[in-house]
Amino acid sequence: MLPHYWPTLVTGDPLIYGADASIGLVSIAIVFVLTYYKKWGWLWREWLTTVDHKKIGILYLIAALLMLFRGGVDALLMRTQLSRPNLHFLAADHYDQIFTTHGTIMILFVAMPLIFAMFNIVVPLQIGARDVAYPYLNAISFWMFFFGALLLNISFVIGGSPDAGWVSYAPLTENQFDHGPGENFYIMALQITGIGSMATGINFIITILRMRAPGMTLMRMPLFTWSALAASIVVIYAFPALTVALGLLLIDRVAGAHFFSMDHGGNPMMYANLFWIWGHPEVYIVILPAFGVLNEVFPAFSGKRIFGYSTMVASFMAITILSFLLWAHHFFTMGAGPGVNAFFALASMAIGIPTGVKVFNWMFTMYRGRVRMPMPMRWAVGFIPNFVVGGATGVMLATAPGDYQYHNSYFLIAHFHQVLIGGTIYGMFAGMYFWWPKMFGFLLEERIGRLAFWLWNVGFYVTFFPQYLLGLMGMTRRIYTYPAGMGWSSLNLLSTVGAVIMGLGFLFIVWNILYSVMHRSELRDVTGDPWNARSLEWSLPSPAPHYNFAVIPTITRRDEWWEIKKYGRTEDYRPQPGEIQDIHMPNNSGRPFLFSVAFFVVGLGFVFEWYAVVILGFAGVLAIMLHRSQEVDDGHQIPADEIRHEEIALGRL
Amino acid sequence: MAVTKEDAWGVQARSQTTGSTHDENELRVAGFWVFLATDMILFACLFATYIVLRGNTDGGPGPRQLFDVTGFTEETFILLTSSFTCGLATHVMHEGRRRALVLWLSVTALLGLLFVGLEVSEFVRDVSVSATISRSGFLSGFFTLVGTHGCHVSLGILWMGSILFQVMRQGITPAIARKLTIVGLYWHFLDVVWVFLFTVVYLMGVM
Repeated sequence: MLPHYWPTLVTGDPLIYGADASIGLVSIAIVFVLTYYKKWGWLWREWLTTVDHKKIGILYLIAALLMLFRGGVDALLMRTQLSRPNLHFLAADHYDQIFTTHGTIMILFVAMPLIFAMFNIVVPLQIGARDVAYPYLNAISFWMFFFGALLLNISFVIGGSPDAGWVSYAPLTENQFDHGPGENFYIMALQITGIGSMATGINFIITILRMRAPGMTLMRMPLFTWSALAASIVVIYAFPALTVALGLLLIDRVAGAHFFSMDHGGNPMMYANLFWIWGHPEVYIVILPAFGVLNEVFPAFSGKRIFGYSTMVASFMAITILSFLLWAHHFFTMGAGPGVNAFFALASMAIGIPTGVKVFNWMFTMYRGRVRMPMPMRWAVGFIPNFVVGGATGVMLATAPGDYQYHNSYFLIAHFHQVLIGGTIYGMFAGMYFWWPKMFGFLLEERIGRLAFWLWNVGFYVTFFPQYLLGLMGMTRRIYTYPAGMGWSSLNLLSTVGAVIMGLGFLFIVWNILYSVMHRSELRDVTGDPWNARSLEWSLPSPAPHYNFAVIPTITRRDEWWEIKKYGRTEDYRPQPGEIQDIHMPNNSGRPFLFSVAFFVVGLGFVFEWYAVVILGFAGVLAIMLHRSQEVDDGHQIPADEIRHEEIALGRL
Repeated sequence: MAVTKEDAWGVQARSQTTGSTHDENELRVAGFWVFLATDMILFACLFATYIVLRGNTDGGPGPRQLFDVTGFTEETFILLTSSFTCGLATHVMHEGRRRALVLWLSVTALLGLLFVGLEVSEFVRDVSVSATISRSGFLSGFFTLVGTHGCHVSLGILWMGSILFQVMRQGITPAIARKLTIVGLYWHFLDVVWVFLFTVVYLMGVM
């Protein structure tokens, strides 16, 4: 059985040859460095086989930043192409591929891993647990995400990229209109990473519901954990719809079925429905944790408890439910009729209410507080005006009759970048700066961080405000060039200048990280609580020991750690030697990595429609599952003495 | 900050420190319930798609021409019986009767196999009269919905086989009891899905 498509290198464009060469060089450099410093064993033992939630969180963060670079380069290529009228820097088909991978990567391989990074790093520490409910499954989640991302990225050099937009609408993506492996790459990459996301959702729901320290009732939970619970609930109910949409599209493409085709009784609208039944909740999946981060950052840097804890919880739950009732606002123009459009328009506006509650609560938290402005707070404060404008333009788009004008224009582009960058990315950067010391034991340097923030923030407004105007002037999305004399030229150039400034902002963030790594001894966090913050993770040393809590604390109120500090009881809060017992921890395992490699093989098989390879991959998946099933004990005991030694070394005993 | 015995969550925390397997097993069963919720959504989307495409036969064979009342009634009784024997397997497991457990588990897997065999022969018969997945929207929906259920059942059979092997080697340990509970949940869930398939696809198809 031979492949339907041959896995050939993409040819014909100097940009792609350049990418080929740089991918080759970077790979050789990585192999060389690992071999020269004899780090292969370290990589395998410490990272590839780890089941420790803190390390998995770090892996997610690194992968997300790398993917942000890739997606950002795509964005700059597009902005370069659009900077002047009639440019031919990119050909039309190449431009199609780039906007497709840009959107897909930014949503699924940047926003998703960023929120999962925060879940992993923060949630078990905040609720007083030693790991997540299923550490082994957690490793599978990460590696499925990783190999999904890898599969999408190799499409750039082998076989050809998908080119039908990040939504991949049928019937355009049916085989007869979009022949070739490109769309198969998109489908399989998303399926593989989707399995990982669903597993993460299940994992964190059970972790949060079942693994909390004694005394931590639901209404005493930190609000970031609440946001993780809300987002996880949305994940488990939304992702199966994506699995079905993509699965049926794949069956259409490889088996000639007629789910979404134009002929033989297919129904293309069904794809749009299934896709957005996932797609709309998805944007709430990535924004809820950003809200959660802000709920931690504002009280910490205002020296006050959060304003309106219960309304925050209520609004999380309201958003969780409402997020499932909005999907059709993505296609008002498809003619579902006034009744349907009115329902979805009203539901879309209604979700602005719980979101508005949050914005007011954050501002009331700062009101009359002792506000400090280190880096996490800067990103959090920057979030507010961004999100308010994004929300207001969202309500404009939700007005169904108005949407007939805005639909698929640059107004829409500006709107969703405003909420996804100004919302999710700002929130996640706030979280990254906030919890960086907890991850690595040192802070990120302030001065470069501020420069990065201002470059990014100014660049953001310069990029996207012109796009609102361009949209109102009639410029539609996904056009690769435009004639002179439309009146769009100067605004497009301005937008491109903004994108370059944002690109610089990203480089400053990278520099910020590298500089801080090099100067980590000066930036070290010796207290474990560098921000004078409120929740349980700050009662631990930075970075937290691998077992997290030598003794699981008993919680008596909200903001436990803050109250303990207020009453000067921090010394009592340290573990007593007599209380320390043996700790049972999960073993590392290479199987999650190999399992995901096997799924990657399945993915490649489907991409090139090479079924021998598909069967081989599935055999690998099954073999690893059976091997896991035969395992009797997947944990080990850390003796109490060893923990006492470690706590003494950390200066806590 | 000692863990008090009365505290509901203290039980959880203690199990983490002592590594008692009981609670870890319970945790995994809880997670499987959540997984079933995701699987339920998956089937709901497939059902919705089938219902949308049900009338789109494109001049080809429709439900009345294809569905064989005796055939799908047999499949239904076989799968419902297998759910009953699966329940018996769980029951004898709680009584610690290993040989009865092996028996009922084998019967369940064999009934499952028979069910899958009947379904495959139904598909083969359909294809032999040119009613293939690429014939019409209706047939695409039908084969995918029923086939997805069939794949779930097939996976369940492999899963039961693996557990059967472990029961014969290790006896009824707490870990194996947990695995049996989970595979039982899965099997009963598939039975419930079949009841909907029976109603929505087959009965409403021939009526």
